[in-house]
Amino acid sequence: MAKKIRKTRVEMPKQNPKGRIKNYNEVALGFSEEKAIEEAERCIQCPDPTCIKGCPVEINIKGFIKKIQEKDYEGALSVIRITNLLPGICGRVCPQEEQCEEVCIMGKRFEPVAIGRLERFVADFEVGQGKKPEIKLQPSTGKKVAVVGSGPAGLTVASELAQKGHKVVIFEALHKPGGVLIYGIPEFRLPKKVVEQEIENLKAIGVEIRLNHVIGKILTVNELLEDFDAVFLGLGAGLPAFMKIPGENLIGIYSANEFLTRINLMKAYLFPEYDTPIKVGKKVAVIGAGNVAMDAVRSSLRLGAEEAHIIYRRSRKEMPARLEEIENAEEEGVIFDLLVNPIEYIGDENGRVKAIKLIKMELGEPDDSGRRRPVPIKGSEYLFNVDTVVVAIGQKANPLVTSTTPDLQTNKWGNIKADEYGRTSKKGVFAGGDIVTGAATVILAMGAGRKSAVAIDEYLRTGKWK
Amino acid sequence: MYRIVKKEKMNEAVNKFVIEAPLIARKRKPGQFIILRLHEKGERIPITIADSDIEKGTITIYVQKIGKTTYEFGSFKEGDYILDVSGPLGNPTPIEKKGNIYCIAGGVGAAEIYPIAKAYKEEGNNVYVIIGARNKELVIMEKEFKSFADGVYITTDDGSYGRKGFVSDELLEHINNRKIDEVIAVGPAIMMKVISELTLKYKIPTLCSLNAIMIDGTGMCGVCRVEVDGITKYACVDGPEFDAHKVNFDLLMKRLKSYLDEERISLEQYKHMIGERR
Ligand SMILES: Cc1cc2nc3c(=O)[nH]c(=O)nc-3n(C[C@H](O)[C@H](O)[C@H](O)COP(=O)(O)OP(=O)(O)OC[C@H]3O[C@@H](n4cnc5c(N)ncnc54)[C@H](O)[C@@H]3O)c2cc1C
Ligand SMILES: Cc1cc2nc3c(=O)[nH]c(=O)nc-3n(C[C@H](O)[C@H](O)[C@H](O)COP(=O)(O)OP(=O)(O)OC[C@H]3O[C@@H](n4cnc5c(N)ncnc54)[C@H](O)[C@@H]3O)c2cc1C
Ligand code: FES
Repeated sequence: MAKKIRKTRVEMPKQNPKGRIKNYNEVALGFSEEKAIEEAERCIQCPDPTCIKGCPVEINIKGFIKKIQEKDYEGALSVIRITNLLPGICGRVCPQEEQCEEVCIMGKRFEPVAIGRLERFVADFEVGQGKKPEIKLQPSTGKKVAVVGSGPAGLTVASELAQKGHKVVIFEALHKPGGVLIYGIPEFRLPKKVVEQEIENLKAIGVEIRLNHVIGKILTVNELLEDFDAVFLGLGAGLPAFMKIPGENLIGIYSANEFLTRINLMKAYLFPEYDTPIKVGKKVAVIGAGNVAMDAVRSSLRLGAEEAHIIYRRSRKEMPARLEEIENAEEEGVIFDLLVNPIEYIGDENGRVKAIKLIKMELGEPDDSGRRRPVPIKGSEYLFNVDTVVVAIGQKANPLVTSTTPDLQTNKWGNIKADEYGRTSKKGVFAGGDIVTGAATVILAMGAGRKSAVAIDEYLRTGKWK
Repeated sequence: MYRIVKKEKMNEAVNKFVIEAPLIARKRKPGQFIILRLHEKGERIPITIADSDIEKGTITIYVQKIGKTTYEFGSFKEGDYILDVSGPLGNPTPIEKKGNIYCIAGGVGAAEIYPIAKAYKEEGNNVYVIIGARNKELVIMEKEFKSFADGVYITTDDGSYGRKGFVSDELLEHINNRKIDEVIAVGPAIMMKVISELTLKYKIPTLCSLNAIMIDGTGMCGVCRVEVDGITKYACVDGPEFDAHKVNFDLLMKRLKSYLDEERISLEQYKHMIGERR
């Protein structure tokens, strides 16, 4: 007799909202073994699985879930690692609901299989066992590659190339490797030890990491090419966007990058034990509704804000953040002020922000992105009192490297032009991740890193360029 | 880890440190700075590179104690290590032959302007230096400047050395007596503002080096926002030097006070802690 299939996905335990906003620990606690098996059993092992096509790096999802069903967790992890080197990270932060899970056949009638939660489970299981991934290194080729930036794109390239026997040196501007995974995404969503573990794994296979090296300043790309056979640029989209409206430089108005860097990289939530301060006050408004905005608004609650608002110019449907994070924010008491947009900030006599002038919006015709364009409603302005504002409306490319490498072509937004394999306009120089695509996702950055690694390896072996 | 190979006390407030950082020593140009972090719990603070020795692979910095981090730095000794040093950051000063250059420094600004003054001289300019300080004890680097400058003038608030008064009083006298081609001012924001107002009146091109609060120093966070000619710029990557006549100094001064309460807590806690240890 066929087993009856569970229609709903197995819930993943979470810290309760009241308690969790008082700490920085991870909110989602992960599946136990029993729960993981129960969820894995929901996968019907379609003959023609659509989920795999939904994954930007085409993880063999059917295959790894099968292994979980067989309780072969190591096997499951090996299947994932064929295409994804950072399962513990992706399982936590990928927008699965618009990728693999969106196209899961189960999801047509019931809830889709919780693929992300299962991915995370197998990664955590390995760590829980105190095991390290077994990596076979190919013999040294004598070739050297410089990887600039240690976000998911750079880490992936480094890992792949080191395994292929090339000497890899990562140059990172900040004092800690990991890119956005370290300075941007908060501890309560992605524990730093998960990232640190990945970095340890890299060092263990011989990758060297030089911190505090801002390329474009201490060394240019051309200087790197004197010492290295190829260069990969995984610079991310590190420049904060502001709205350029009056009063935006008042004290108490942070870019999301500053706000999150103070908290995550500099540990301002532990001030004064740590030296870097942060000030949030009672009422916080975060402008924007992407993942970055959700991270900022939820962080502000943990820093003691009594009232935390999301200010977004479109409606709920258009909010770009992951569904899970929007739900988490709601559970934690974040207030969503939709269809409003800031037009000016008002300060007090010390130059500190005290209010935002907001204007109400309505949705008009669809724009280039296919989403309905928000249009201001004349005469609907009103004042909204705040202590702190965090502007989370997007990130752009940082020109430090491109402006010092004239023969590296960029598009009109300053992103580096590269082909599918990361080959740029400059021989021997590859690029991938947010610096090429504009701000995107961890998995896309990783996928770009993998493809570049293939092309770099080929270039190192054959010397052929395009 | 970056080793302190030499430490020298200039006065009660300012220490000179020579730090091992070979690549930075080789790369740095006048006007550029580093961002350092003393230890795992430390904050990142910007400090100007005053000098370097390529052969020894060292850079020289002068650090004035004003808050927690700079006080704690003052307790570091020769042989100690600084956890992180990133640099060289910011744009180098555009050094050209212009004629008569006036370098105006307030307090520890003397150390910051030193490499710039030297480079102007080497480019063939006549270089005059005005150093202002609260009192005689706090005047630094007079001898170093005298070794190459065409004139070195001191002002003190209390008159204990040089002219009693401000650097602007001294500069005004020179404006009346000599054609000045460029002024460059480095020091507290209020001093740069006063100098800027004076030179605007006499239409003398003026550069100033903005000491905004910084974190990464790469354009990533935006905390160092300043307004120049009504446009928002990042002091770390667009500066630190700007046309003084276009700078919104009032905004800079306000933003420097963003964390007054926290800075006080931090310093008090630190002083308390070292008090207990003794
Ligand atoms: C707050 C926040 C939350 C996010 N949440 C999610 C999420 O939930 N899910 C998701 O999929 N994506 C999320 N993203 C997006 C995702 O993090 C990025 O798309 C991804 O990190 C891009 O990877 P990358 O390797 O291209 O660049 P980054 O991660 O940005 O790393 C670039 C690295 O390069 C370094 N660098 C830059 N310039 C230089 C230089 N000149 N010299 C040396 N080093 C340099 C930087 O310091 C940085 O460490 C989030 C982003 C942010 C900011
Ligand atoms: C490009 C640049 C170059 C600099 N070069 C030097 C240098 O060569 N030598 C040196 O001694 N200092 C230099 N500074 C200033 C130095 O960075 C600050 O003194 C330091 O960050 C203060 O840290 P703190 O924790 O000791 O004091 P905090 O507790 O942070 O500050 C104490 C008080 O100092 C003021 N303050 C805070 N930050 C700054 C700042 N960046 N500039 C001026 N005042 C500030 C505040 O108003 C505050 O009330 C430079 C700053 C910049 C931006
Ligand atoms: S210090 Fe962060 S952008 Fe200038």
